[in-house]
Amino acid sequence: MNQILSLHAKNFDVEAIRTNFPILSQTIRGKRFVFLDSAASAQKPNAVIDAMANTMRTQYANVHRGLHWMSERTTDAYEAVRDKVASLLNAGSRDEIVFTRNATEAFNLVAHSFGRGVLKPGQAVVISQMEHHANLVPWQMLRDAHGIELRIAAITDAGELDMSALARTLEDGRVGLVSVTHMSNVLGTCNPVARVAAMAHAAGARVLFDGSQATVHRAIDVQAIDADFYVFTGHKLYGPTGIGVLYGRRELLEMMPPFMGGGDMIGTVSFERSTWAEVPHKFEAGTPAIVEAIGLGAAIDYVNAIGMDKIEAHEAALTEHALVRLSQIPALRIIGSAQDRGGVISFTLTGAHAHDVATLLDRNGIAVRAGNHCAEPLMRRLGLDSTARASFGIYTTHDEIDVLAQTLEKISGFFAKTGAA
Amino acid sequence: MMFDDVRDLYQTIILERSRNPRHMHSMDPFDAAADGDNPLCGDRLTVRLRYDAEHRIAEAAFEARGCAISMASADLMADVVQGRSADEVRRLADAFGKLVRTGATEDGAMDPLLPLAGVCEYPSRIKCATLPWVALTAALAGRQEASSEQR
Repeated sequence: MNQILSLHAKNFDVEAIRTNFPILSQTIRGKRFVFLDSAASAQKPNAVIDAMANTMRTQYANVHRGLHWMSERTTDAYEAVRDKVASLLNAGSRDEIVFTRNATEAFNLVAHSFGRGVLKPGQAVVISQMEHHANLVPWQMLRDAHGIELRIAAITDAGELDMSALARTLEDGRVGLVSVTHMSNVLGTCNPVARVAAMAHAAGARVLFDGSQATVHRAIDVQAIDADFYVFTGHKLYGPTGIGVLYGRRELLEMMPPFMGGGDMIGTVSFERSTWAEVPHKFEAGTPAIVEAIGLGAAIDYVNAIGMDKIEAHEAALTEHALVRLSQIPALRIIGSAQDRGGVISFTLTGAHAHDVATLLDRNGIAVRAGNHCAEPLMRRLGLDSTARASFGIYTTHDEIDVLAQTLEKISGFFAKTGAA
Repeated sequence: MMFDDVRDLYQTIILERSRNPRHMHSMDPFDAAADGDNPLCGDRLTVRLRYDAEHRIAEAAFEARGCAISMASADLMADVVQGRSADEVRRLADAFGKLVRTGATEDGAMDPLLPLAGVCEYPSRIKCATLPWVALTAALAGRQEASSEQR
């Protein structure tokens, strides 16, 4: 805790931050570990690891049901995280925060409870061409089960939302929900979510934003952007796996039927019928991810202690540096050129497939992702099979980006030389 | 040299075959064909076959845009299966799966595929090497699509 407070007092000190992440001091195959895959899942600070271990060591029981001291304390700790999340997103009320297993489950919750319970057959859901599979497949399932039309709004060649294409999807007034990402996990593009919300609302539609990437990189204000739903996952925000969040406007959550049935989500139960608990508990069936939620709370405290504004500035500087360094490599092509972008950069290297690039980087201790990044339709839209992706976090240094660029230069040479025949 | 330790994977023949494959073309007419798909990484390839009078593989060809490992594996596979029966090819496919998982084989017919033995050190790349074989055995079975995630 003292470590965190000392960070707060100073300016952003990436070397001090790195000491909070024990995994980063390892070497991989004798090489310094350069972790550039935070967009897939971020590393965990001691604050999170310790909070979870201490919970299990000293303060653990089931929540919401124990008439005993240990359960009451654990319930307090678990519910305190709901307040922290509400504050992180600037939600109007803690009751608008639903804990889920991950962002994917949050999407499925909305697709099920809002999609089947509120949307009517014949209405449409709009997503964009840059969505993660988690914001596509649940809507395809809803379409096939419930007679909802699925519309895809185009993106521009720069990798930005095509706002006029989005407007066209809304023209006939049949759209009930617009669900787009706040920040692309492939292109790094940050979408103008407040504008999207205004357009959707003017057309009578609700909006859902995928904050899985954005929540990590900038301050979020669901009231300012006028979101109806907002989802994110804990493990990309330096928290543990197994815990995600759905923010939903209270009046929407109240009109939506439950997603899953079971304990903890009920009012009264008889063999004939049951009544539902109040929101948000109506959507949290069964024993929740108690330890993981407490870990997420510690992660939120951690990033708040550093300061979201400082994190955003650090990552903007890193991204700028990386765009400059990578664009100096002649064979390298950066995918997407959005004006507003975060610390996620996809690229291809002429003459070398993304898998081979990733393997050679890995042999030099550098972890990147390669493939279609759970966005296969986006890859097709871009005319690509796969890309390599470097993504940055609070612990990423300028020096690591230089190591990446130098190694990519050598990889480019390796394939250019040995490939000639 | 920084890439010495990847020479076990990226042997000269792998890089050479991936750049200049001998069997990459769209065979027409053909007797059997299947698309192989690795949904996790986005790799796709098509394998096409022509049989001889005894229903042995007269020729195998493929079309793909993949990594060096999958391209070289497909090209070496097309070499090795020529003149073989479906049963022999299925036996080779099993032996190849074992080769890229363990780095070893007792089957002498596998010798031309030994340059791919180094894949066993790279668990995340095994499916790159086996995808052409998954598509080939699907084509032999009369299926038109195969996925690295299905058996």
